[in-house]
Amino acid sequence: MEYGKKERLTISSLEQIPYRWSAGKYGSKFLESIRQDKKFLGIKCPSCEKVYVPPREICGPCFCKMDQWVELGNEGTLLAYSIVSYRFIDPNTGEPRPVPYTYGYIELDGASTTLSHFINEHDSEKLYPGLRVRAVFAEERTGSLEDIKHFEIIS
Amino acid sequence: MANRVAVIGMGQTHHRSRRDDVNGYEMINEAVTRALEDAEMSIDDIDAVIIGNMDHFESVNYVDCWSINGSGGYLKPVIKVTTGGTTGTSLAISAFHHVASGIFDTVLVIGWEKNSESDTTGAIITCSDPFWDRFSYAGAIPSLATEALAYMKKYDISEKDAARVTVRDRRHAVSNPYAHLRKEVTVEDVLESPMISYPIKLLDVCPRTDGACALIYASENKAKKLSPRPAWIWTTAVRHMFSYFGDINYIRITSLEEAAREVYDKAGIKEPLKELDVVELYQPYSFGGLKWIEALGLCPAGKAPELVWDGVTDMGGELPFNPSGGVIATNCIGATGLLRTGEAALQVMGRSTNQVPDVDIAMATGFGGAYWSDILIMGSSPR
Repeated sequence: MEYGKKERLTISSLEQIPYRWSAGKYGSKFLESIRQDKKFLGIKCPSCEKVYVPPREICGPCFCKMDQWVELGNEGTLLAYSIVSYRFIDPNTGEPRPVPYTYGYIELDGASTTLSHFINEHDSEKLYPGLRVRAVFAEERTGSLEDIKHFEIIS
Repeated sequence: MANRVAVIGMGQTHHRSRRDDVNGYEMINEAVTRALEDAEMSIDDIDAVIIGNMDHFESVNYVDCWSINGSGGYLKPVIKVTTGGTTGTSLAISAFHHVASGIFDTVLVIGWEKNSESDTTGAIITCSDPFWDRFSYAGAIPSLATEALAYMKKYDISEKDAARVTVRDRRHAVSNPYAHLRKEVTVEDVLESPMISYPIKLLDVCPRTDGACALIYASENKAKKLSPRPAWIWTTAVRHMFSYFGDINYIRITSLEEAAREVYDKAGIKEPLKELDVVELYQPYSFGGLKWIEALGLCPAGKAPELVWDGVTDMGGELPFNPSGGVIATNCIGATGLLRTGEAALQVMGRSTNQVPDVDIAMATGFGGAYWSDILIMGSSPR
């Protein structure tokens, strides 16, 4: 029998399964303050005094509950970043994500952790760790982190 | 007190970018068959099976169930382990725990991946938090690029320094018959390769690979009977951190620093550069071959380029890294950490195709998406 000697057969699936996630208690409060008032809120650990953004219920290292909310500035410092230039499929849409784009980790004034977000500058010569940046909010805000369009360089 | 445990056999596939010639369990069976042959054992000699991969790459869940014909787990205790990039070392450490507990005398442990079956980056993105990270996250490569950038700028490291790491690993891979990428590259090749996520270029990173690896572990009595020179596992360490990507320290890899401190302390290693004989580092990109060896305490922060340019980490150097060619040459993700463990074990057993002379102490590491770090230390004598 010659069957199966020349080729191996394959099948493909492009099936999309829809998902729906909860932002949780702390995440919802954080996103609502951005949507309504363009304000960032952090949460402070009563034990180590670290201010977390995005806020979460538990400080992992201290393993204790946090309930002290802190208002943070809309400006911050870029600590690390990359300029993404290769094409890939965005699992949220099933489509290629537009490139190039820059994303990085921004330490908002008053926070001890950083927020992942876009920076609207793709020239590596103009970017460096320590750069000061400011949030630019979307006109239409729906209650996700994309209510911030991106961060821009403070010149 | 844990019982003594050794690795006594290893099998792996000839790793390729695409294995359409076999399905998942046929590929798994290739590695299992070779591991059993290597240890001169039959499947009847195996007490339990541990298997793992990252399900979302194939989108066929429950490998512990569907692979049973290929894994040899039929009517045996089988458990699945999966932890992202560290899956392979989590498998290796889990097998150690299984045998060290005294419950099983022989364990077959299998790591595998068919990365060709999906879009690797798209699948990796699904490991990120859907609210805080997923909209901006672009997979493993940009994630590594951010930590490379913070390190480069802090210590004035150049892209050329990193390129030298790729040159080393790709050179080592040439004589490993199982490696995926077996062509030498030069520093210029790396620097001229396409930029994919600044400062990372195509030749700075690992490929995506289809492949499997299987190891056989044995208790002290069994190991002494079955193997002329077992690779004894002295100690292991696991360190995890972060909930969200923004929580990470991008200048230092503190998880690897902590894991190294623990294994050195437990193994009584005071000067790792002098005392270790070979390292199989889970190093998916070139800059990791600089920053991460500083975390292992081999030199002060920012000084790794000197070690690498001086050839200290080359074959024939004071402490050879990745004689197999490492992750930069082969990356079948769920197998990658187990390949590090198995290649380090072969060095101790004295039968690697790229053998470092007189290996008494070997290190294998694992790295994963949450900046998780695993380390195993193996030695030629039981301890």
